[in-house]
This record gives sequence, C-alpha cells and structure tokens, in this order.
Amino acid sequence: MSEEPSPENGPGPVIDAAFFRRWLTAAAEVIDREATRLTELDSPIGDADHGSNLRRGFTAARTAIEKEPPLTPGDVLVQTGRQLISTVGGASGPLYGTLLRKAGKALGDGDRVTPEELCEALRAGVDGVSQLGGAVQGDKTMIDALVPAVEALSFALDKGAGLIEALAAARIAAEEGALATVPLQARKGRASYLGERSIGHQDPGATSSALLLGALARTAAQEGTG
Amino acid sequence: MTVGVVLVSHSAAVAESVAQLAAGLAGGGGPAPVAAAGGTPDGGFGTDAEAIVRAALAVDRGEGVAVLADLGSAVLTVKALLADDDELPPGTRLLDAPFVEGAVAAVVTASAGADLAAVAAAAEDAYTYRKA
Repeated sequence: MSEEPSPENGPGPVIDAAFFRRWLTAAAEVIDREATRLTELDSPIGDADHGSNLRRGFTAARTAIEKEPPLTPGDVLVQTGRQLISTVGGASGPLYGTLLRKAGKALGDGDRVTPEELCEALRAGVDGVSQLGGAVQGDKTMIDALVPAVEALSFALDKGAGLIEALAAARIAAEEGALATVPLQARKGRASYLGERSIGHQDPGATSSALLLGALARTAAQEGTG
Repeated sequence: MTVGVVLVSHSAAVAESVAQLAAGLAGGGGPAPVAAAGGTPDGGFGTDAEAIVRAALAVDRGEGVAVLADLGSAVLTVKALLADDDELPPGTRLLDAPFVEGAVAAVVTASAGADLAAVAAAAEDAYTYRKA
C-alpha cells in the first residue's frame, strides 16, 4: 500500500457520510433509470425481477437514509445494506446487503475515510459476497464485475492516483467485467439450471454492480469538480 | 420447552402448507411451535426478511430456533440475517436439509422434546433417504 501523497491530483473529495448519501441518491437514480434493462437481462436466464427488485430496495434505502441520515460513512453503508436485505425480495438483496454491511463495518466509526480505507472496505464487502453466495470469478455473477473493480481501484491507488481517477478505473473494470460475462456459462443461482443455454447473455447482477460502481465514480467526480 | 421451527419459502402457500403438513405429522402431543415465512409482502414469489424475523421471534421458546429454507434468496437472506448478531433470536440455526422432508423431521423431533442439535441432525439426515 502506497502512502505517498499525490499532489498532482489535489486533495480529492472528502469521503464522509454526506459523500455516501450522495452515492446512494445517485445509485437509486441509476437503478431506477436502468430497471427495465436489468429486468430484460434477467428475463432469458433469470426470473425477470432484478430491476424491479433493486429499484424497490434502493428506493426504500434512499428514503430511510434521507429520513434519518446516519452520521458516519460506515453507518450509511450498514443502514443501506440492512434496508436492501429487508426490501429487495430476491437474492440480490442479501448479496448487496452483505456487501454494504461488511464494507460499512470495515470503515469503522470515523467521520471521514481515506481512499485506501474505502478500497479495503470494498474488498471486505466483496469477500463477504463471495462467502455468502459461494461464487468465484467466472461463475457469471456480480463477482465478475466486483472483483476486477476492487483490483483496479487498489492498483490505481497504489500507483498514486487520486480518488476520482481510481474510481473511474474501477468503474471501467466493472463494466468490462460485466460485458465479459456474456460468453460464460452460469454456475450459481437460477441461471445455472439452464446450463449451456445461459451462454450468450450478460449477467444482470454483474450489470447492476457496474451501475453501482459507476454511481460511486460519478459521486467522486462531481464532488471534485463542483 | 421446545425448539421452534421456521419455514422460509419463495411461496407463501408452500411455506404454509409444509408447516401444516409437518405439524399434522408431528402426532398428538402438541406439536412444536412452527411458523411460515413465505413470499414477498405484496403476495409475490420471493423472500421477506422481516417475515423471517417475525416468524423466528414467534416460535422462540429459548431453546433455539431451527430454520429451513427452500431456494437461492431464501437461503441467502437467512444467512445474511444470521451474520448479524442481533437480527434473529440467540440460538437460531439454518439447517442444511431438504425443505419438505427436513421440515417434517425437524417438527417431529422438536415436538418430541429434542434439543436443537438433535432436531438439526434429524432434518439433515433426511438427505440420506434415497428415493430411487
């Protein structure tokens, strides 16, 4: 882990509770906008509810967080995760809920976190998803977007990139990871029952993971320029 | 004092029916407490985490709660709830068992006064019964 300052990137956005509340707003908006596409991706290989389930979950989480805003970055993620487990109704609820709760707990109870702490928290969250669902890379799941994203984030930060640049790299890695699920045969979840017929379709969970990483990258970028 | 049993299915009808079946096969001596947590709050197919928590609290007699779940999100939701210490009553355990056979085995043994380990063993033993 490099601890060197990166003056060429400026101090970068402050990662506090407000930062994650803005991420949640951006995430809820992009999930709402893309819900139809996510459900369409979930139609040939799933049970055609990924978009509507996530829309319900993120809308509920956003409402709950706005009503009673948590004061620390960790608590925003823990509370959001709890809401997703309660309200999504499909497997993505406990999976994303676990990701956010584990990440939030890893952030501890400080008011602000560093980019490196954010990276390690995301890694802890993604590890939690792997443990819960038992999926590894190549199983055609959200892991195929999340693992490359955390690796890209970590690599960029190690090279001295600022948060904005590092999260942009993570977003691209997640999108590429989601696209790379198309030729894969599903080995987890309902799609795995389809065997070879799951080949040729982009995984909806990897796609929504890329959208959530994109919201995170945008939140940082808007913060940095605004 | 008995172990409680919670049945988590994607379908409210499946959860309710299996609960009735298991209680019906448990014999006359007053069955162990059984609660169903099936489907989504709007009546669709899926998993309702709050219903699972309510069901576990309803059957908890302080001797442990055995949870059986059917598919993907039902299993994952129970595991996610168990990962946090304060969501489900102490001594709640997800059983690695087939849903219907495991439910019957769990409720029969719980009704006979078995402890949680014995209830879990009976339900998990249902996997060893070959049908063909």
